[in-house]
Amino acid sequence: MSDHAPDATDRAIINALQGGFPVTDRPFAEVASWLNTDEADVIARISAMLDAGMLSRFGPMYNMDRLGGAITLAAMSVPADRFDAVSEQVNAHREVAHNYERDHELNMWFVAAAETRSGIDALIERIEAETGLPVFQFPKEREYFIGLRLQA
Amino acid sequence: MIDRTERAIIAETQSGLPLVARPYQAIAEKLGLPATLVEQKIKAMLERGVIRRIGAVPDHYRLGYTVNGMSVWDVEDGLVDEMGELVGALDYVTHCYRRPRRARLWPYNLFAMIHGRTNEEVEDKVDAIAKILGPAQHGHDVLYSKRILKKTGIRLQNQDKQSCSD
Repeated sequence: MSDHAPDATDRAIINALQGGFPVTDRPFAEVASWLNTDEADVIARISAMLDAGMLSRFGPMYNMDRLGGAITLAAMSVPADRFDAVSEQVNAHREVAHNYERDHELNMWFVAAAETRSGIDALIERIEAETGLPVFQFPKEREYFIGLRLQA
Repeated sequence: MIDRTERAIIAETQSGLPLVARPYQAIAEKLGLPATLVEQKIKAMLERGVIRRIGAVPDHYRLGYTVNGMSVWDVEDGLVDEMGELVGALDYVTHCYRRPRRARLWPYNLFAMIHGRTNEEVEDKVDAIAKILGPAQHGHDVLYSKRILKKTGIRLQNQDKQSCSD
């Protein structure tokens, strides 16, 4: 990652593109017309922001549920002296996408995805067996619509 | 759910859209399909919610949003969906879900992820949500992230790799 900071046009691009990127023949040209710049500039800036790590991704975001996959949020209460070792055990599973240490008695929170609900349950059982610790699942029951996004 | 053409498009765009003037044309050429079909299929997946949106995912940390608080709320069952819609619509809430409670361990059924530049900023936002929820809420907590232990894209096994939002 570079130390390059986003300028006003970069921020305008980030803010404009959190919504809907056009599905048209020349989508970057359309975005450029919103932002008073040109197509090549928009492409170059997105590319530079991806390289610099300011954007983690550019493209379609797929909804796992609609693809037939299963996903869960799970939490564990890990003793401090075992925290790093348990973190390694959990992270070693490729189904585990994100894992955060949080300041709560339940101090490890991870998101796991698999093809099926039974695949998730099997993973959770494996993690419980490997670590000897209970894993609590908080699968989403409903997702609420997310409106506007963070302002860059 | 998704047809073969859609699956091929998903596989081709898992790591992102090509950064060229005609990205859908570029995908179409790789897959040996007409560009109009690729655009049609992508629009259809957007309409069905298979694609949530197409765009840029900013790195919160790089944009200065270094504080990430998972706010969790005990909201009356009969009101949680109505309240969840209100909270999800707030511009500083990046995810908002209803999740199950756990007896004696976890009384919270509404999760709202808040990003801020400082702890104070996140606390102000938590206060604002508390006001919105009013008497429908019987308790809450905020779990601040201390450390990212792992962060990769979500991938499905035994299938064409697919990326998911956030």
